[in-house]
Amino acid sequence: MAATRALAAITESPKVRLALLLLALAYILFFLVLPVVVVFTEAFGRGFTYYVEAVSEPDAQAAIKLTLLVAAIAVPANVVFGVAASWAIAKFDFVGKSFLITLIDLPFSVSPVISGLIYVLMFGGHGLIGPWLDQHDIQIIYAVPGIVLATIFVTFPFVARELIPLMQEQGTEEEEAARSLGASGWQTFWRVTLPNIKWGLLYGVLLCNARAMGEFGAVSVVSGHIRGFTNTMPLHVEILYNEYNLPAAFAVASLLAFLALVTLVAKAILEWRYGHELAPVHH
Amino acid sequence: MRIDVRDVTKRFDSFIAVRGFTLEVRPGELVALLGPSGSGKTTLLRIIAGLEQADEGQVLFDGDDSAAKGVGERRVGFVFQHYALFKHMTVFENVAFGLRVAPAERRMSNTDIKTRVMSLLSLVQLDTLAARYPSQLSGGQRQRVALARALAIEPLVLLLDEPFGALDAKVRKELRRWLRRLHDDMGLTSIFVTHDQEEALELADRVVVMNQGAIEQVGTPMEVYDTPATPFVYEFLGNVNRIPCTITGGAATLWGLAVKAESVNGAVVPPGDAPGFAYVRPHDIEIAAGGAQKAVVRHIGAAGPTARLELEVAGVPALVEVQLSRQAFFDLHLRVGQAIAITARGARVFPAASVPG
Repeated sequence: MAATRALAAITESPKVRLALLLLALAYILFFLVLPVVVVFTEAFGRGFTYYVEAVSEPDAQAAIKLTLLVAAIAVPANVVFGVAASWAIAKFDFVGKSFLITLIDLPFSVSPVISGLIYVLMFGGHGLIGPWLDQHDIQIIYAVPGIVLATIFVTFPFVARELIPLMQEQGTEEEEAARSLGASGWQTFWRVTLPNIKWGLLYGVLLCNARAMGEFGAVSVVSGHIRGFTNTMPLHVEILYNEYNLPAAFAVASLLAFLALVTLVAKAILEWRYGHELAPVHH
Repeated sequence: MRIDVRDVTKRFDSFIAVRGFTLEVRPGELVALLGPSGSGKTTLLRIIAGLEQADEGQVLFDGDDSAAKGVGERRVGFVFQHYALFKHMTVFENVAFGLRVAPAERRMSNTDIKTRVMSLLSLVQLDTLAARYPSQLSGGQRQRVALARALAIEPLVLLLDEPFGALDAKVRKELRRWLRRLHDDMGLTSIFVTHDQEEALELADRVVVMNQGAIEQVGTPMEVYDTPATPFVYEFLGNVNRIPCTITGGAATLWGLAVKAESVNGAVVPPGDAPGFAYVRPHDIEIAAGGAQKAVVRHIGAAGPTARLELEVAGVPALVEVQLSRQAFFDLHLRVGQAIAITARGARVFPAASVPG
C-alpha cells in the first residue's frame, strides 16, 4: 500500500503522460524515422535496376571496398588497444591511470575535423615529419594509411569505454583465483578474463565498426577525395550529392543506413539477451 | 608445511596495513587470524599466498624464502571470501581449472583429470551438481566448490579468507566441523581469517588476535579467552562488562572483590589514584543476598541453555550483563524491576590509558 501511494505521488496524471509520450514519439518520428525512410525511398526512386547500377559502378565499388578495408584494420586495432587499456586500467594500479582514462576520452571531445587536421599537420607535405616521409617515398596523407589512422583515432574510445566499467565491476578476484591455481598470465586472460567480457567486447566492436564505416569529418580532411582511390562510402555520398546525382547518392547512403539498422538490431539483441553482462553505463 | 612470517610490513600509500608481523605456523596446525575489519588480517593472508608483496620482511615455507616463487608455484590453496568461482564454467570445469593450466610436462590426461575432479566433488558432496553453473548453486555449495577447486592442485597449505562469512548460521556450523575434519584428514597446514570470535575459538588450534596490523595476542582458544593479554582482546572476544573504576595504590575494588591493576600497552599502573577499567565476564558475577553492590534487573532473556540478565548498576553507564545457569535462574525467582545484590567472582583491572576507544 505504502509503495503504491509513494509511486502515485511521483506519477503524473494520465493526460500529461499521454501528451509527453506523443511528443516524444512525434519527435522521434520526425527526426529519426522519417529521414531513414526518405533515404530508402529516394534510393529506390528510379527503380531497382538503377539502384544496382549506382552501387556497382566502379567508383562506388572502390568506395565500398575501401570502407571495408579501413574498418577491417581499424576495428581489430582498436579491439587490441581497447582490451589492453581496459585490462590495465581495471585490473592494475599505476601512476597516471586517470590521465590515461582522460586520454582515451579525447577523441569524443575533439571535433573529428581537428582529429584529421592533426594528422595532416603531422604527416602532410609541410607537416612535422612530412618531408622525411617524402624522402623515403612513404605516402600517408591523401592515401589509405592516413584514412586508417584517422579512423582509428576517432573510433578508439568505443571498445575501451565499454570494457573499462565492465572490468572494473568484475574486479580481480577471478583472475587472482586463476593465478593461485597456477595459471600463467596468458592462460588467465584467455580462460578467465576474455570469456567474462565477451558480450561487452562484441557490443564495443559493433559500435566501433559502425563509427569506423560511417566516419566523415576526420577522413574527409586526410583523404584528398581522389575518386576510386581514397574515397570511402560517406565521402562518395557527398561527392555524388554535390554533383546533383541524388539517386546514386541515396543508393550508396542506403547501404550505410542499412549497416546502421543492422548494428541497431544486433545491439538491441545483445542488450536484451546479455544486458547483465554488459557495462552498466552506455553512451 | 611450516610457515614462518618474519617481520612483515605492508603499506598502502600512507596507511600501514601490516606492521612488523612475526608468526610461526607449525605443520598440521589450523590457525585463525582474528580481528576487526581493517586490522590487516586479509592483507597478511594475501601476502602469505603471494597475491600481495610485503614491503619488508619475509615469508618462509619450510625454511625457504617464498619471495622468488610466484603465486602459482607455492602450492597454496586459496579460498576467497566471495569464492571467486569462474562464472562461465561449470562446477566440474571450475575444479578442473588448476589441473588444466598445469605446464604440459606435468599435465594429467583428460581421463585422470576427470577421475580426480569427480573424487574431489564427491569429497565435498557435490558430485551430482558437476554440470551446474555457479549461479545455480546456494552459498554453501559455492563455498564447497571453491574448496574443492583449491584442493585440486594438492596444496600443502590452505588459506581461507572469511570462509563462512556469507553463509547463514546453520550452514556455517556444519561447514566449520566439516572443514576441521578435512584439514585433519588431509594433513594440511591451514590459516583462516575471520572477524567472528566464536568461529575462531571453536575451529582453530591457535588464535592470533590482530589489531591495527599487529598482533595483540597469540594463544590457544582457551588462553585467549581465559587470560586476554590486553583490554583490546577482552573487548574483541566479546561477552565482557567494562566497568569504570578507580585504581588506588595499584589495585581496585569491584563489587566486593579486590583486584590488582595490570600494566599493558605501555600504560604503567600509577602509584597514586588513577582512573581504570575493570573487565568482568557475565558468568563471573554472582547474584546473592548480602552482595556487595546493589543492582536492579532491567531485562531477562531466559531462552536457551543459559539465562541472560541485564542489570542497572549505579555508576556504570551501560547495562551490566550477567549469565546464570538455568537452574540458578529458576531458584532465584527473578523478575524485571527487582532490586538485587551482586558480587564479582573474578575480574581484571587495567589503567584507563591502556583501553581502546
